[in-house]
Amino acid sequence: MNKKIFSLHPDLDAFMPASEAEKEYMVEMRQSTTFFKDGVKRLLKNKVATASFIIILTIALASIILPMVWPYSYDAMLGVSPGKPVDSSYNNLRPFEYGATELRLIEQGEKVFPHIFGTDSSGRDYFIRVVYGTRISLAVGFFASIIVLVIGITVGSISGYAGGKIDLYVMRIVDIIYSLPDMLVVILLASVLRVSLAGVIEGSVLAKIGSNIISLFIVFGVLYWVSMARLIRGQILSLREQEYVLATRATGAKGSWIIRKHLIPNSIGVVIISTALQIPSAIFTESYLSFLGLGVNAPMPSLGSLASEALNGLTSYPFRLVIPAVVISLIVLSLNLFGDGLRDAFDPKLNK
Amino acid sequence: MSKNSVKPLVEVENLKKHFDINTGFLSTKPLKAVDDVSFSINKGETLGLVGESGCGKTTVGRTLLHLYKPTGGRIWYDGREIRTKEDISYLRRKASMVFQDPYSSLNPRMTVSDIIGEPLDVQKKYTNKNERRDRILELMNYVGLNSEHASRYAHEFSGGQRQRIGIARALAVDPELLVCDEPVSALDVSIQAQVINMFVELQEKLGLTYLFIAHDILVVRHISDSIAVMYLGKMVELSDADEIYNRPLHPYSKSLLSAVPIPDPKTARERKRIVLSGDIPSPLNAPSGCPFRTRCPYATEECATSMPQFEEVSKGHYVACHRVNEIN
Repeated sequence: MNKKIFSLHPDLDAFMPASEAEKEYMVEMRQSTTFFKDGVKRLLKNKVATASFIIILTIALASIILPMVWPYSYDAMLGVSPGKPVDSSYNNLRPFEYGATELRLIEQGEKVFPHIFGTDSSGRDYFIRVVYGTRISLAVGFFASIIVLVIGITVGSISGYAGGKIDLYVMRIVDIIYSLPDMLVVILLASVLRVSLAGVIEGSVLAKIGSNIISLFIVFGVLYWVSMARLIRGQILSLREQEYVLATRATGAKGSWIIRKHLIPNSIGVVIISTALQIPSAIFTESYLSFLGLGVNAPMPSLGSLASEALNGLTSYPFRLVIPAVVISLIVLSLNLFGDGLRDAFDPKLNK
Repeated sequence: MSKNSVKPLVEVENLKKHFDINTGFLSTKPLKAVDDVSFSINKGETLGLVGESGCGKTTVGRTLLHLYKPTGGRIWYDGREIRTKEDISYLRRKASMVFQDPYSSLNPRMTVSDIIGEPLDVQKKYTNKNERRDRILELMNYVGLNSEHASRYAHEFSGGQRQRIGIARALAVDPELLVCDEPVSALDVSIQAQVINMFVELQEKLGLTYLFIAHDILVVRHISDSIAVMYLGKMVELSDADEIYNRPLHPYSKSLLSAVPIPDPKTARERKRIVLSGDIPSPLNAPSGCPFRTRCPYATEECATSMPQFEEVSKGHYVACHRVNEIN
């Protein structure tokens, strides 16, 4: 082509059709990513939340594994052995002290596993009691949150989706429960239930768990689902107006299908977060109930009951109060921080 | 296909949908979103429904599919009146819907194959997993999506692609009737053309019947056999697509058509625009008599007192206007 010097017309020969490989290269899209992966990525960037998660994980694993391998058991009174008088030298040991028979063994050159936190007033190894108490507290917190979650999701989603009269009545019930002074009701329920439950569950598997823990769960089931139900109802109220819900209705799907497949999966982020924040509050409640003597049955320890027992010898053995208190604080603090991190990572509305 | 020999697939008679609006403590007022609308669509044809925002087009589409319970009126599908729950579930297997907003009409937590497969799951249209997968791939193929898109999430697609996903979902139940609720108004113009041409192709390939709702009369004319014009919950004119485009009778249709942009400056300059004064009245306080009288340049006293009947003025051309003979 005879190209004019000042022509702005592009040289058409310079344009070549793209080869198949080049086309392929152009359509390449970024790696498919899910909401969950995105959230985890954001969560890992949050150092405080990641550190809290590692602390929780460590505490949880330790509380599960240590009682299995520890040479002492949480309920064995070391000074008591069958056929011999009670050896009171084992009671109230300070950290890394030994009882009379243990000292004799050490003199003979044998190795004795130390009592890291000493022993309590009945001669039980205090370290393993704290570990075991942590296990109980975590378990109570976890299962209580699950109970709250299940009841809250069921009631909240049905109420939100059904709307109208059903919603009105359910929400009034929620308001009533909300307005009760919960501390008072918890104490009342716990003290009534522990008496009445003891007879009912006698001899069954439940008896092993103890009537107090079961009454704790009942208390959680009755009282603490309301905020979860409200939260989920609010989510569902806004989600059910989305067009994809209408689209699903147009295919003939029932309400239960829509709730299960669309509404709950879309509110799950909020649900996970508030469950994570529910666990520390459950642990806290368990602790103060145990502290008041309404918690787990003796000799089973929980962090609250350990703190409560420690009050008796507070002036001589302050570490017995400090240790469980520190563990409670550590658990509650890291769960709260982790929950906050979860919310930041998974709630896109708060991101921007 | 000769238009006289085909029988109507859908017939609607005096369809009404009123919403109760809370106006104060314990007092409600009916909002007449759709009031006395009648039409029919023949098998394999397209009825275009136009009108400005808030005139009840979408409500007609949704009420037709019983997504809203009609306040009054009757609907027949293929000769069967839709009244009971069984009728509705029959309708669900025969008719489906394409939605306006390709962003909110797809669940962000589901992959494309789950979105398209959901109607199959709900209506149990397959016997094994392979059958389901094959059907999903077939549907994606219909609407021009690649099979590798199947495992992706909706947010990874553009508006046009998302609308294709929505169409594939609507086609999953193997429908005869497709209610398209402004399916292209959220897309930009070049994508609109692609999607509309796809609607035309699908109609030819699958023998679909459309109720095509839009506010762009050019889009509607391109795809429709007949066009209905709505104003404030009422149908004001219904006719053959070319007839209404070339010879609108109702003053509202006239002004609507005069507002259509013409891609030719000379014609556009010579054309007379009919500019309506005022806004569309609130459907909560609709004017007495003819709903259009407050903005109609030809309104008389009669228009304020009595409601004009929806009458056939020439063959297949229905208009609701008292003065239709005088002003044309």
